[in-house]
Amino acid sequence: MALIEFRDVTKSFRSGDSTITAIDGVSLSIDRGEIFGIIGYSGAGKSTLVRLVNALERVTSGAILIDGVDITRLPEAKLRGVRAGIGMIFQQFNLFRSRTVFGNIAYPLKVAGWPKEKRKARVAELLAFVGLTDKAWVYPDQLSGGQKQRVGIARALATNPAILLADESTSALDPETTADVLALLKRVNTELGVTIVVITHEMEVVRSIADRVAVLDSGQVIESGSVFELFSDPKTVTAQRFVGTVLRNHPEAGDIERLRGKHAGRIVSARIHDDGRLGAVLSDAVGRHDVRFEIVYGGISALQGRSFGSLTLELIGADSGVDALIAELRQVTEVEEVAA
Amino acid sequence: MSDWTTLWPVFAKSIGETLWMVTETLVLGGVFGLALGVLLYTTRRGGILENRALSAVLNVLVNFVRPIPFIIFMTAVAPLTLSLFGTFIGTSAAIFPMTIAATFGISRIVEQNLVTIDPGVIEAARAMGAGPLRIIMTLLIPEALGPLILGYTFVFVAIVDLSAVAGGLGGGGLGYFAISYGYQRYDWTVTWVAVITIVVLVQVAQFLGNWLARKALRR
Repeated sequence: MALIEFRDVTKSFRSGDSTITAIDGVSLSIDRGEIFGIIGYSGAGKSTLVRLVNALERVTSGAILIDGVDITRLPEAKLRGVRAGIGMIFQQFNLFRSRTVFGNIAYPLKVAGWPKEKRKARVAELLAFVGLTDKAWVYPDQLSGGQKQRVGIARALATNPAILLADESTSALDPETTADVLALLKRVNTELGVTIVVITHEMEVVRSIADRVAVLDSGQVIESGSVFELFSDPKTVTAQRFVGTVLRNHPEAGDIERLRGKHAGRIVSARIHDDGRLGAVLSDAVGRHDVRFEIVYGGISALQGRSFGSLTLELIGADSGVDALIAELRQVTEVEEVAA
Repeated sequence: MSDWTTLWPVFAKSIGETLWMVTETLVLGGVFGLALGVLLYTTRRGGILENRALSAVLNVLVNFVRPIPFIIFMTAVAPLTLSLFGTFIGTSAAIFPMTIAATFGISRIVEQNLVTIDPGVIEAARAMGAGPLRIIMTLLIPEALGPLILGYTFVFVAIVDLSAVAGGLGGGGLGYFAISYGYQRYDWTVTWVAVITIVVLVQVAQFLGNWLARKALRR
């Protein structure tokens, strides 16, 4: 059952006389226990979307159900209880500079009314979980970016929330630290069973931890599905561009031009599927049609335990033979002629 | 020329009066100014107590009171001082207009310092379910404490200035001492003794303020 459900949600802001629609009719459902990625360029509405979940921003229309309760109808005072069940981490960490690491992590526990002894025990537990036990009495200014985000994660998890919202949580970190923080988020998901909503503009983040993903563009979900589906078969141009930032399986215009200059034959791209039989068909068919081939571009990747990719081939032979070969390949996979 | 055997007791009493006026004004104006400053900040657009109407009223009020020169303000509220304290002469009566002036001055300084707080930390506290009062008391003020201490130190110097004006208008203190025993008797030594005393007072206050602010900022 869905833990978080958006039903035709719209959010617009009034600025002067004009109205800006940040979220435009979004319907989404996020299951309990999954890591759900929301990817989009800056200005796509990602940050607004995630803030609707804990009602830091209120919807203009539509409904958001959390565990079956429509939070858009709750008054502010009741929302505070809902928020205690939803942790949030931020791009700039948003730690309290006036408090030590211990004080930061204890703060949500104080808000939730935990007694002092229980607070101390819980903070110690969380510090151990994120590996910062020795930093309890240090102020945030003395921590590195990765350590700050660990404190942010510990603080967000303090009250045992069922949901963690991660708003560009690794965008201010270097690649190595990003990998550490993502591994920690994955642990939060698998060991603690926390449902995580990851907002990002980095496809690498989606690839490494998300189960499912939605692509947000101009406030609308233009594509959504499993991460494997998005990577292996991106349908929209925006999704294709995002996939292209981490996978270079398919040649782009510049690559095709370069290939054309080097290779005289016809150039085709063939998709590789997990149950791929491209190689078998190819090796069998080239002899019969008197066509030679050269592999000129491509790659095969694995995601969520399944392979996918694309190989670009130069086919050399008589046009009729090449046509017949392409027809045979099309029996087993998608083949696109990228340059005649 | 100066007869310090008679001047010393007056001088010592004046220092006491100045310290009393300044301290009381700083404490009362400090508390009221903090409250007013927090309201100015939190009722702004996007603030945790956003209230456009209240924000507009408070801003007009503060902008109305603040530019009035203190010497005029003090005489303008004299009837009110008289009805509340039975007199408008003397140290205690002077504290009333001084506190009002300080409250409005401090409110802007508080507001300016709170504006520099990263809105992200307020958002983080809201995301944890913290209400406005808790955010004000346990987050806004602690996060801005260092700059607030420096702001209050700045205000201390301004209040010493107010106390001298109040003294000149019958409020007592070092201002009264300098004018009555120095200026009006052409005794420049007395004037300079008062000036140096005030300078020392301000230096000590600034030193203390800087030290406290450094501790608060842990730098």
